Amino acid sequence: MDLNRRELLVGVGKFIILSGSARAALNGDTQTYNMAEHWWGMTIDVSKCIGCGNCVRACAAENGVPKGYFRTWVERYQVNGGDIEHPQVDSPDGAFNGFPPRGPSNAKSFFVPKLCNHCVDSPCVQACPVGATFDSPDGVVLVDEKYCVGCRYCIQACPYGCRYLHPTKHTADKCSLCYHRITKGLTTACCEACPTGARKLADLKNPADPVHEFLRDNNVQVLKPYMATRAKVYYKDLDGAVR
Amino acid sequence: MKKILRDSEHLVRLVILAAIFVAVFLIIRKAVVPAGFGKYGHYRAGALDDIRARSISFAGHEACETCHDEQAQKKAQGKHAQVACEACHGPLAAHADDPSTIKAVKPDPATLCMRCHQADSAKPKTFPQVAGDHAGGEPCGACHNPHNPAM
Repeated sequence: MDLNRRELLVGVGKFIILSGSARAALNGDTQTYNMAEHWWGMTIDVSKCIGCGNCVRACAAENGVPKGYFRTWVERYQVNGGDIEHPQVDSPDGAFNGFPPRGPSNAKSFFVPKLCNHCVDSPCVQACPVGATFDSPDGVVLVDEKYCVGCRYCIQACPYGCRYLHPTKHTADKCSLCYHRITKGLTTACCEACPTGARKLADLKNPADPVHEFLRDNNVQVLKPYMATRAKVYYKDLDGAVR
Repeated sequence: MKKILRDSEHLVRLVILAAIFVAVFLIIRKAVVPAGFGKYGHYRAGALDDIRARSISFAGHEACETCHDEQAQKKAQGKHAQVACEACHGPLAAHADDPSTIKAVKPDPATLCMRCHQADSAKPKTFPQVAGDHAGGEPCGACHNPHNPAM
């Protein structure tokens, strides 16, 4: 063969590049997601939530959540005269249709969106007797529908009330942090639909994610820190009345 | 042959019985424990792929903007720049996959604006809210374009 050194090197280079890209194409996009590179959570800016219920409707549409059950919901708090031990809380139909408007008031009032906190030390995972509820390697608490026996232990174990028994599947169901979306490079349905940016999906292993500035620059709290669940849903400016 | 132990055939029977028990246990275990159980932890590894395989309903605003350039630019100039398309238009992944046969439906004007902008003392004070006879009975769309609501 008449190959000079230049042609040989160019040819070898092309072969390496093309064979590599062909393999990547064969494996498909789904294989490019590496669980070890992510650690998922969420940030919620309470001072931005307007209680429109977009997140609740989006979640139901994305995940087929049955009517009357909620993977996420919004609560409206009213604190009278600084009595944070006895806040008045309403959440009509989980805020699926928003809230009935409340007129001017002297009381402190605000909205708090809630969802699964995707705890690192999840009480639900510890309670599951069959290994149907688990922490994924990228930090999402998930339910294996094919393996769940519907014993409801996890529903009792969750300190945040984030779980329910699906009325037709008869398995435990909860927020999956839209695992089918975030592993494709999309954000969650609730974050996509939130008009004010009160909710933001957070990848704590991604150094470019704005979550790091959010955690550094704000007063941040998790729900029920005394439960030592190491929750990964971080609330900015959370009032002491929130339970 | 000299017997090592008296009545050693009892021991042989026990060992055979134990071996049968172990074999039966292993066969049942193989049958009932699903493939991939324990690969990442005390759960079925295939559950991760099952959950990832679910279909999406919300296409995401990047998908919308690949075609609806005009609306995206108009929105980018106004107060609704950070509001994703599907926040108002609803889930449209099916439309994004097949734009010619599956059409988007216009949002219901009865709820479109007021769902967010109805005055409520629980809303942040800086958020624009509408109360009383702001419009004098006119629909919001008479003055405001939802993609860029400034008048």
